[in-house]
Amino acid sequence: MDTMILGLPMIYYVAMITKVLVAFIFVLLTVAYATYAERKIIGHMQVRLGPMRTGWHGLLQPIADGVKLFFKEEIIPSSSSRFAFIIAPLIALIPAFITFAVIPFGGVMEVAGYKIPLQIAGYYDTVAGRIFDVNVGMLYILAMSSLGVYGIVLAGWSSNSKYSLLGGLRASAQMISYELSAGLAVVSVFMLSGTLSLHEIVMQQSAFNGMNWYIFKQPLAFFLFFVCSLAEINRTPFDLPEAESELVSGFCTEYSSMKYAMFFMAEYANMVTVCALSATLFLGGWQGPFADTFTILGPLYFIAKLYFLMFVCIWIRATLPRYRYDQLMYLGWKVLLPVSLLNIVVTGLVGYFISH
Amino acid sequence: MNPFTPIIKGLKITLDHLFKKPVTRQYPTERPKVSPRFRGLHALNMSHDKAKCVACYLCPTVCPAKCITVEAAEDANHDKYAAVYEIDMIRCIFCGYCVEACPVDAIRMTGEFELANYRREDFIYTKERLLEKK
Repeated sequence: MDTMILGLPMIYYVAMITKVLVAFIFVLLTVAYATYAERKIIGHMQVRLGPMRTGWHGLLQPIADGVKLFFKEEIIPSSSSRFAFIIAPLIALIPAFITFAVIPFGGVMEVAGYKIPLQIAGYYDTVAGRIFDVNVGMLYILAMSSLGVYGIVLAGWSSNSKYSLLGGLRASAQMISYELSAGLAVVSVFMLSGTLSLHEIVMQQSAFNGMNWYIFKQPLAFFLFFVCSLAEINRTPFDLPEAESELVSGFCTEYSSMKYAMFFMAEYANMVTVCALSATLFLGGWQGPFADTFTILGPLYFIAKLYFLMFVCIWIRATLPRYRYDQLMYLGWKVLLPVSLLNIVVTGLVGYFISH
Repeated sequence: MNPFTPIIKGLKITLDHLFKKPVTRQYPTERPKVSPRFRGLHALNMSHDKAKCVACYLCPTVCPAKCITVEAAEDANHDKYAAVYEIDMIRCIFCGYCVEACPVDAIRMTGEFELANYRREDFIYTKERLLEKK
């Protein structure tokens, strides 16, 4: 146990690999079953049953879908730009998954006297006696979520089809315009927290009854962030990049087989990340009653909050029709952006008067 | 009107519906209950182990789809009977006029509605096949 690799004990590496594997598999399973939950919940909201045939109440549906997509024919259009066409799903998928690295999903777990923070990009320093994590965690997430746009734009462009191109264009325009308001909405949280480190932000929201959650101090910011995130991950009512009635399937029209599945996985992984982020920033992350005493409760609270927000996403999808393109742009630039700027100003003024 | 009220109203409606009992019928396992006067596959009625049909040709005459073929013959007792009685289920529109027209109550319609088949020939229901339907 005392072997040191690059100045860190062996158990650090073991813990790290375990954390990565557990988190990755968790996200992967959540992504798979998010599709099932979506079909089931929307089904019941439309007084239908949803998938019922594959397994008990259709529980094996995501697996059947995966197998089906995996064995489908791989079609690469002859007029497409081959390299970009093949690389685009990967570019969309990878940022969607790696954003999860900085999200804390629990407190500090002690295994054989070694303290492991339940956050992939985190390290418990025994000398300093506290957790060190990526101190620009939020910035990293914003950067990665903007990287995801490249995958979609590339997919739209390289397919060499008008529907794909229009879908890609819409996606890029939409993601860029809503990322502004989303970024500005979280700025008001940083003004309260004074840090970009997600671990610190979660620690500041610790309270037995959750009264320290930033959603109570910044309800408008939560609303703005959630709405803008929905637009950023191309979910209804902002799913214009893949508006079926106009663009066939948007940027992924020409895609088939596993490459298509990868776009879908990226989409749902983005949904998981955005919901996890909203939970972390505004709903106190893994904090909850007794979470400090019993470490295992932390991840459970986190999962509960994450799943609740995902349910809200699905619920919104079942309720709202798609925005028209000009309405989308109007909402992004003329409503959400000024409101989020105003929110920052008000937060700043209130903060100034409280401190003086 | 403020833009949130309709959205919240809509969200409430969908949430209400989430807890309603789904109207879906799990068809192949869960069968629908057809009404007694449902117009499904035809059946020829029997009397004393013989088809009641006297081959009067009223049903092929009244049939708007011209799907019934009847050929009359004489049996050992010099009674008229239908030697051939065929209904082409591809042509049949299930209007029930044949049942209405029949003077001797020889034909009726059953509740059977799953009439899909693999070959065109299988859609021609002969007298034997129609008699089998009790």
